[in-house]
Amino acid sequence: MTATPLARLRGVWPAAFALAAFVIAWKLVVIVTGFGPFILPAPEVVAARFVKAWADGTIAPHLVRTLIEIALGFGLGASLALVTGYVLARLPLAERLLSPYIVAAQAMPILAVAPLLALWFGSGITPKVVICALIVFFPIAIATMVGIRSVDARLLELARSLRATRRQIVTTLEVPAALPSIFGGLRVGVTLAVVGAIVGEWAGADQGLGVLVNLARGSLYDTPLLFATLLTLALLGIVLYGLVVLVERALVGTR
Amino acid sequence: MTGVGRIEVRDVYVSFAAGRRDRLVALDGIDLAIDAGEVVALIGPNGSGKSTLLRVIAGLLRPDRGSVALDGETVAGPSPRVGLVFQEPRLLPWRTTAANVGYPLELAGWPRPQRDARVRELLDAVGLHGAAGQVPSQLSGGMRQRAALARTLALEPSVLLLDEPFSALDELTRERLNLELLGLHARTRTTIVVVTHSVQEAIFLADRVVVISERPGHVLADIPIALPRPRSLADLDAAAVGETARRIREHLGALDIHGGEAAA
Repeated sequence: MTATPLARLRGVWPAAFALAAFVIAWKLVVIVTGFGPFILPAPEVVAARFVKAWADGTIAPHLVRTLIEIALGFGLGASLALVTGYVLARLPLAERLLSPYIVAAQAMPILAVAPLLALWFGSGITPKVVICALIVFFPIAIATMVGIRSVDARLLELARSLRATRRQIVTTLEVPAALPSIFGGLRVGVTLAVVGAIVGEWAGADQGLGVLVNLARGSLYDTPLLFATLLTLALLGIVLYGLVVLVERALVGTR
Repeated sequence: MTGVGRIEVRDVYVSFAAGRRDRLVALDGIDLAIDAGEVVALIGPNGSGKSTLLRVIAGLLRPDRGSVALDGETVAGPSPRVGLVFQEPRLLPWRTTAANVGYPLELAGWPRPQRDARVRELLDAVGLHGAAGQVPSQLSGGMRQRAALARTLALEPSVLLLDEPFSALDELTRERLNLELLGLHARTRTTIVVVTHSVQEAIFLADRVVVISERPGHVLADIPIALPRPRSLADLDAAAVGETARRIREHLGALDIHGGEAAA
């Protein structure tokens, strides 16, 4: 889709308006309820704390650590999920054997599993990566399975009539056809990866945005910093999601 | 090119699993010899196994019994010498027309420059050079089927199998494409086997019309078409055509198919 600058601006206005409305509503709640900054800091207080925490380097190292955990965990989980999703789609026996375990693993609260993983893998980066991988695995594997299964059987017959090899069928037909569905899974997965990293950090870590949340709340009693960290997390989620959408646009286009 | 593209179907029997125990017999001992360069139309009611027969000839389906030979060689799987045009265009929706037409070349490992040159040739041949960069959703039904035809011709098959190729198109487009198909045949002398529901279309295209029965499918009649080539649409008005159509319909009528299917 090609948008003129004017049309793009028109597209930005509603979002800007909604943001302004949200901030105003927030401010009104603070005024009406009279909550102190310890309970609910006003938007300008949070904004000021956010700027300060970035300026004095409070947030950046924590963000970098969390980002590394997300990148590794999402990369690992997504890769495994893509392969598993394909196998589940094409081997009915594999689906019957594996799907109960996959569903059970998904149904288990990640919050309950995190301490166990910390016990096994120590307090380093490994348990966070594993938790991220676990949490992103399910939506991506299922989206891949559904996408591959929905590839038009008539196109598969066409490829067969053209003597495509197994590998050619995967690369030129099945994966391109399943991409829109796969990206649906990746979009969900990448936002969950942020959750996974924070949960992993809560189970024991010395750095990361999850650690900063705990510090701000538990030892520093700095609620505006807690809000500034949450804001950072929200922005991180939006940026990562946006990145996935950008890659999707590049690969899938406007079809 | 004489002698290339001769098809022999010998005693082909195909059945499909239907439910837990039963098997449905689609083709029951089909014998059919098609000469190189001949145009044969297969006609018959729905579910008579015409498409199944086409898939057996294309090597997409292995018969339970019997065999198909192409130029004396038993067909064991899809061959580059056989091109198949499906009822639907089956274009990859994310590829441009050019990339769709070049798909068989890409799969066969042609290097990029040769592929591009061949695709240009093919697009010109079917009148789609202007649509090279468009994706299938931007093309009309007729253009899509032309692209599918160009794709099938990419590897210069000596046998062209068409499964009701133009049945989803409006009548005018269909007549034009049928004319173009005959033009193609005149130039290349490719053996053509076309499955159709239309008696008119069968007579217009074919040297022989083979009538296949209802399931279990077998050859009911094999009717030569005496029309000289090159043919034009006006030829369809000749008295001889009416007589041939009557004979074909007689065989079809014995199967109690309804008028709607035979209408051209």
